[in-house]
Amino acid sequence: MGLALAYHLARKKVRVVVLEANHLAWGASGRNGGGVRQQWSTELHIRLMQESVEICRNFAQEIGTNVWMRQGGYLFLARTGAELERMERAVILQNQYDVPTRLLSLDDVTSLVPEIDTGPFVGACYNPTDAIVFPWPFLWGYAEAAARHGAEIHTFSPVTAIEVTANGFVVRTPKGRVRAVRVVNAAGAWSPPVAKLVGVDLPTWPTRHEILSTEPLKPFLRPMVSVLDSGLYFSQSLRGEIVGGITVEDHDRSQVKLGSRLAFLEAMGAGLCEVMPRLGDVKVVRQWAGPYDMSPDGSPIVGEAPVRPGFFLCCGFVGHGFMMAPVVAKYYAQHLTGGETHPFFHRWRLGRFAEGELEREDMNIG
Amino acid sequence: MARKVILCRCEDVTATDVARAVKTGFSHLEEVKRYTGFGTGPCQGKECLRGVALALAALTGTPPAQMAPFTTRPPLSPTELKYFARRR
Repeated sequence: MGLALAYHLARKKVRVVVLEANHLAWGASGRNGGGVRQQWSTELHIRLMQESVEICRNFAQEIGTNVWMRQGGYLFLARTGAELERMERAVILQNQYDVPTRLLSLDDVTSLVPEIDTGPFVGACYNPTDAIVFPWPFLWGYAEAAARHGAEIHTFSPVTAIEVTANGFVVRTPKGRVRAVRVVNAAGAWSPPVAKLVGVDLPTWPTRHEILSTEPLKPFLRPMVSVLDSGLYFSQSLRGEIVGGITVEDHDRSQVKLGSRLAFLEAMGAGLCEVMPRLGDVKVVRQWAGPYDMSPDGSPIVGEAPVRPGFFLCCGFVGHGFMMAPVVAKYYAQHLTGGETHPFFHRWRLGRFAEGELEREDMNIG
Repeated sequence: MARKVILCRCEDVTATDVARAVKTGFSHLEEVKRYTGFGTGPCQGKECLRGVALALAALTGTPPAQMAPFTTRPPLSPTELKYFARRR
């Protein structure tokens, strides 16, 4: 998110400094499954993600980096009638905005992905225009393009203190300090302690999500496949690997944890073998973890912090910051440079939690 | 020396790729892994980590002993998913 925003701001001739605590791609942007989908349950998410997919499609031309995008669609599987009804409502809404999602019978699922065992499921929905990208080149692309336009990127520069001055901020790192008129907190799951440095309390919290990658296989799997109730998702990357994750509850909200658990491998092994039994013979080569930046209503937190003018928030993306970054960063830069303010700045303002004006997004997966 | 030196056989990462990563500004093993993809194939770095580290040492002047290896990820060896499914 930070690199995408830096790119858009630098293009508008704004002086930007990116402070990264570790190396680039160390946080969730370098650890996610690379899914970019338009199947959401609120108009705002659907429309934003439509635009994000378009930006991803043009990424190579605009930025000059191949992000290994594959538009193979997303297939969601429902296990119960209630889930199917939820899907039906979402499909109607998505179709209103020209997302070509359709409900599939189990026979349709078999035609689309013959390897799936449809036994445990009652139905599915499929949007052929959802996609996956490879996160790493995506980040290098934004970083190189931002630097080309004059942004300064400092790695291994964790923010240790932020002083509020008469006309802005002094941001301190072990390597030096940066004077800034405005600061954007795009630290993902690490956002709450950064906000705390200027006395801003965020209602977000980190949760650990794990993911694995298998040995490479010949291309056979077109869509990203996801099981709605368990949060299982998996796709085949352009490198041939099956890449996927599943929700394994982690109740400690107090800190970001990135350790790997055997419980995840067991849940993932069982989940994959249920949906696609022949994957049981495929070898897992690597598992790793990344933090979701959870928010109380499942939607992000953006805009200026009410109690701290000049301090902006761009966090709480609930595991979807990577896929939303292309479009959110574009409108964020527009907002910061005096252009038109996108409606998401009102909908996703920090103050909504105190005011009680919440709209729940229930297509958060993983 | 041959013009094309493959350092990571799983992902076909060459000495030239590593030199390009350094030239772009990535000199830590974790960064070079993410920039070139070395060490992400079936061997998970068991064959290539040393070779890439030595190439980095030659390019950056950092002694190999001062280089942190990239994080080792489970499982230790590639393992069929069905064995994990059975444990539940």
